[in-house]
Amino acid sequence: MAKIGVFVCHCGENIAAKVDCTKLVAAMESHPGVAIAHEYKYFCSEPGQESIKKAVTGHGLTGVIVAACSPRMHEATFRTACAEAGLNPYLCEIANIREQCSWVHSDGEQATRKAIEITRSLVEKVKRNNELQPIEVPVTRRALVIGGGIAGIQAALDIANAGGDVVLVEREASLGGHMAQLSETFPTLDCSQCIMTPRMVEAARHPKIRLLTYSEIEKVEGFIGNFNVTVRQKARYVDMNLCTGCGECIIKCPAKKISGEFDCGLANRTAIYTPFAQAVPNKPVIDSGHCIYFKNGKCKACQRVCPTGAINFDMEDELVELEIGAIVVATGFQVQNTALYGEYGYGRYPDVLTGLQFERLASASGPTGGKIQRPSDGKEPETIVFIQCAGSRDPSKGIPYCSKICCMYTAKHAMLYHHKNHDGNSRIFYMDIRAAGKGYDEFTRRAIEEDGAGYVRGRVSKLWQENGKLMVRGADTLLGRPVEVAADMVVLATAMVPQSDSKELGKTLGIGYDEYGFFNEAHLKLRPVETATAGIFLAGACQSPKDIPDSVAQASACASKVLALFSREKLEREPVIAQNNEATCSGCWGCVLACPYNAIEKKDLTDRAGNLIRRVASVNAGLCQGCGTCVTFCRSNSIDLAGFTEKQIFAEVMGL
Amino acid sequence: MSEPFEPKIVAFVCTYCTYAGADLAGTSRLKYPPNVRIVRLPCTGRISPMFILKAFQKGADGVLVSGCHPGDCHFDHGNYHARRRWTAFNALLQFTGVPEERVKFSWISAAEGIKFAELIESITEEIRTAGPFEQYHKLIAETGSAASV
Repeated sequence: MAKIGVFVCHCGENIAAKVDCTKLVAAMESHPGVAIAHEYKYFCSEPGQESIKKAVTGHGLTGVIVAACSPRMHEATFRTACAEAGLNPYLCEIANIREQCSWVHSDGEQATRKAIEITRSLVEKVKRNNELQPIEVPVTRRALVIGGGIAGIQAALDIANAGGDVVLVEREASLGGHMAQLSETFPTLDCSQCIMTPRMVEAARHPKIRLLTYSEIEKVEGFIGNFNVTVRQKARYVDMNLCTGCGECIIKCPAKKISGEFDCGLANRTAIYTPFAQAVPNKPVIDSGHCIYFKNGKCKACQRVCPTGAINFDMEDELVELEIGAIVVATGFQVQNTALYGEYGYGRYPDVLTGLQFERLASASGPTGGKIQRPSDGKEPETIVFIQCAGSRDPSKGIPYCSKICCMYTAKHAMLYHHKNHDGNSRIFYMDIRAAGKGYDEFTRRAIEEDGAGYVRGRVSKLWQENGKLMVRGADTLLGRPVEVAADMVVLATAMVPQSDSKELGKTLGIGYDEYGFFNEAHLKLRPVETATAGIFLAGACQSPKDIPDSVAQASACASKVLALFSREKLEREPVIAQNNEATCSGCWGCVLACPYNAIEKKDLTDRAGNLIRRVASVNAGLCQGCGTCVTFCRSNSIDLAGFTEKQIFAEVMGL
Repeated sequence: MSEPFEPKIVAFVCTYCTYAGADLAGTSRLKYPPNVRIVRLPCTGRISPMFILKAFQKGADGVLVSGCHPGDCHFDHGNYHARRRWTAFNALLQFTGVPEERVKFSWISAAEGIKFAELIESITEEIRTAGPFEQYHKLIAETGSAASV
């Protein structure tokens, strides 16, 4: 005889304000099989959990329903509480009467009726739940870090320094990411190269880190603790073991007028190149799309001058197979397509730049050696106009979010400009100044008070060229009148957007992403570095726009999650897996065809003499992920999914 | 005048996408009609046509099956199986005289709380217009096949 306990949580006012909890309790008390029904303000709290435990032992409950928030929130909490009281945790189910009831309906009476139905149907389900035991799986103590920017490097170093093996995969030819491109960093004005490059070298030299640059993720299979990852190492056409990085080939390469990615198009590079002088590894790569030999079969100048014979034009992509226990995704961001803003003339006027281009101009390692000069004529600009939120916080451009770093880097740009050109005049068009962070507000104040940054609150509507000047027309909303500035250079604080192929990577990894392509965390507040897929973690701007301190903090958080995973001998996995009844299985293999994980094997049933009687399906518990697709395919009703059996679901539906 | 007809709709959804999308509608405090009851499953691939019939048997006037967008399935391709199964099963239902609007299929991701609320709004309206699913409920009553589970 079932003895079910129903616990109705008020969630403060969140549920109780709409759902009549007393009525819900009364309805449950009279439901067949329900031994007790209680209500309480916060069942997730310590006294709340204690009261559930007491009821489980006191009444000898055979099942527990907590009518509260989404099971995605507190299923684990309440299942643990039940386990502590000696009840198998899989005999506890959550009725979601907050996210899917009280929060979405305005009529109290209807919400109460719905809450009763939801809870009742789960009571019917839990009556048919079975005791389940967690499945143990081994852990491979090797982490894969995708992305070699500051977030990826930080995560890799933290894991490696604690003794974990790391494979660091970077798709460009060098580590560094966006941070290597920056001039100085806010709010300390540390030189970015000075704090970044030692980290890059440390990561490359670390005995526990295997570095795969110029490589991309091809395929990911498996599950937490046991991923099988295939990495495509793209052909560099330069033998890394032979190359000494002397750079002779780069000097001789005749294809010289290729727009350089690292300098954001402000300088050219050759077809055989290292992305930048401090690259790690500091060995060149041949860009086969621009190489004269690859285009028309003649040249090979680099091969002729190479003193070690490291150039190999026959090199092909290599596939590297890796066994991995945990994955850190740190693929970063890219700068929004500036073509969205026709009115700002980006691309039409050479002196209209993005913030990242300005970083290169201001950087000592940049194309001008740190002198701020106009790309059009090399003159020092007397007036620079900075336009903030050029893309961000603009729903009409599809980017309603704040890119978070632009207020700060624009203040920094104005400062750097003033430091290099004391008579320079900077005007910053802004919507709001968002400078939340340690030392951030002080920093923007310094830009205004000490470095003469002229802030104008308002938007720019039009930009055109007149007598060698860029005319910027906008509104000063504080003075309530239009303004026009004759500028020599305009810098757009373009939005941070996800990598253009982030959705494809999300699909390869089996992790979620939002409407823009930023990866989804498991819980925005409480599980910000985990994804919904166990064993895959997020660091840096691939999750949402972030500055360097936030990215580094998140990367270290990822490392601690990975190390916690690696500290265990074995992992316990949810026992939600398929189970086959061999007595009724007809061996039609419908399940084998349906299974996405090849988790169903063919098993021989023999008599005592070893003669084959028939062949049936057998589920490999280590491989089965519990989707239940096989159950629906089964013609003889032999396979069922633990935790979501046919009986349970039918009962749940009939309880509605 | 009698009370306006309020349809009962059962939604079978996967936990990774549509259930999370429905949760997001909640955390965003969107409002939608209270006519829908959600049954959570690991994957749309787990959703058997029998569940749909069971829902009608229990008195549902409409059924929704919803999961991850094509290519986004947490279990790689369970949603493709679900889509194919739904296409075949829906054709069979229509052949037997069940009108098309009674069974709906959709893709709703974990980020699409707004889409979930709008979909429930529109389905409820559609089923409300179509009226109660007397045809099926009468059949069940007459043949007495509403066996206990």
